[in-house]
Amino acid sequence: MPINKIVDSFDEAVADIEDGATIMIGGFGIVAGAPSLLLEALGRKGSKDLTMVSNVTGFGKDVWSQLGFKFAEDPDILVRNGQIKKAIATAPVSTIYQNNFERLLRAGKVELETVSQGTLAERIRMAKAGIGGMYVSVGVGTVVEEGKETKIIDGKKYILELPLKADFALIKAHKGDRWGNLVYRRTSRTFNAVMAGAATVTIAEVEEIVELGELDADAIHTPGIYVDRVVVRPQVIEAEEIEYSAEVKESYQKYMDRKGN
Amino acid sequence: MQEKATLDRQTIALRVAKEFQDGDVVNLGIGLPGLACNFVPAGREVLFHAEIGVLGFGEMTAPGEGDFELVNAGGQTVHEQPGMSCFDHAEAFVMIRGGHVDISVMGAFQVSEKGDLANYMVPAREIGVIGGAMDLASGTKKLIIAMNHTTKDGQPRILKQLAYPVTALNCVNLIVTDIAVIEVTDRGLVLKEVAPGWTPEEVQGLTEPKLIIDPDCHDIELM
Repeated sequence: MPINKIVDSFDEAVADIEDGATIMIGGFGIVAGAPSLLLEALGRKGSKDLTMVSNVTGFGKDVWSQLGFKFAEDPDILVRNGQIKKAIATAPVSTIYQNNFERLLRAGKVELETVSQGTLAERIRMAKAGIGGMYVSVGVGTVVEEGKETKIIDGKKYILELPLKADFALIKAHKGDRWGNLVYRRTSRTFNAVMAGAATVTIAEVEEIVELGELDADAIHTPGIYVDRVVVRPQVIEAEEIEYSAEVKESYQKYMDRKGN
Repeated sequence: MQEKATLDRQTIALRVAKEFQDGDVVNLGIGLPGLACNFVPAGREVLFHAEIGVLGFGEMTAPGEGDFELVNAGGQTVHEQPGMSCFDHAEAFVMIRGGHVDISVMGAFQVSEKGDLANYMVPAREIGVIGGAMDLASGTKKLIIAMNHTTKDGQPRILKQLAYPVTALNCVNLIVTDIAVIEVTDRGLVLKEVAPGWTPEEVQGLTEPKLIIDPDCHDIELM
């Protein structure tokens, strides 16, 4: 039997994500790089009490619409639907407005664990690598240190941080093949490549599926061993509507003017 | 006597960028610090790093002209340039935490005279945005803070001791504000430059700890 990790639809790809699951969500926080269509499918499925591990909690549309951007995709759907019980994130709220997550947090409807970004990436990578813990100096003397074991190594204080594993990792890549080999584009690699393999099941949303061998063996970013399912985005999504507000345009004009001085 | 003025965001960013030396790897925070990528002094080659996983990117693009898969830490589209490399988030932070990034520029709510930094949470809000700030403050060789000298109601933000929650201790090297450039040293805060029209005494009046006035203290160059 040839190996075939390609599934036919986004609904099928997330069909076994049940209530109470811990899910990792790739990307950085903007729409590009977020597994938007997997999130929309999970929104349709309606699984509840999810623990969400991600860089931000206010995904894509919700954040960027405040800055005058408009996107066809809606990766913020799980938060808005109230499907999240707990979030583990580095930037849970926005500094410029109140996002959907903050509204739920203030209403006591969600829990939050805030982690520094490098520690989040390494805790995820530890789960993927089977490492039981690591000592980091980031967070010494801050709220992050509270309640954690510390150790002096070579005269410097470190905090013990533990791995972070999930049931499912939802990630986005540029191209994938039926073995689950993936490549990403530019800054979309971000948490996507880190999370691949850190969950029991890793599901990759890709722009394009290619034949085995089309991806250069030296250039594969995520070897297929870390990926369980691959699902392809419909081409029609390419036509995203993006509008810029007067504020965004004015801000750009200001720095162009200053630069010309 | 020149008219007393405060530096605008673009000019603060321009002053910050004068710190960048040939070959420096520089990480720029969200907001004002991000503007510094547009003001690299002519002839200097600087590598910009963003925690999203890119090294060696160029200036910001005009709205609507960028690639949404090539953005800085603030999610703003930037220009690609030859030699640029992309990588994942763990690698981006290995560079930061491993001490491979030369300069980090970020904003702040408060800085103490020992160079302690508070920039992730306003206590009244109760929810913090740590992001990559703790990693960058702990891991980079030189930390430059770009901020307004006082709060909106005129209270000092450079303090003897932080009142806000700590991002990292003893980490700030240089503070560039809308009225001054101040170096954090073992002997205290040294006032190096003032905005045109300002005297060192006036800057001291808006700064809680005692400033050491550098013998060469001069006006901030605005070009």
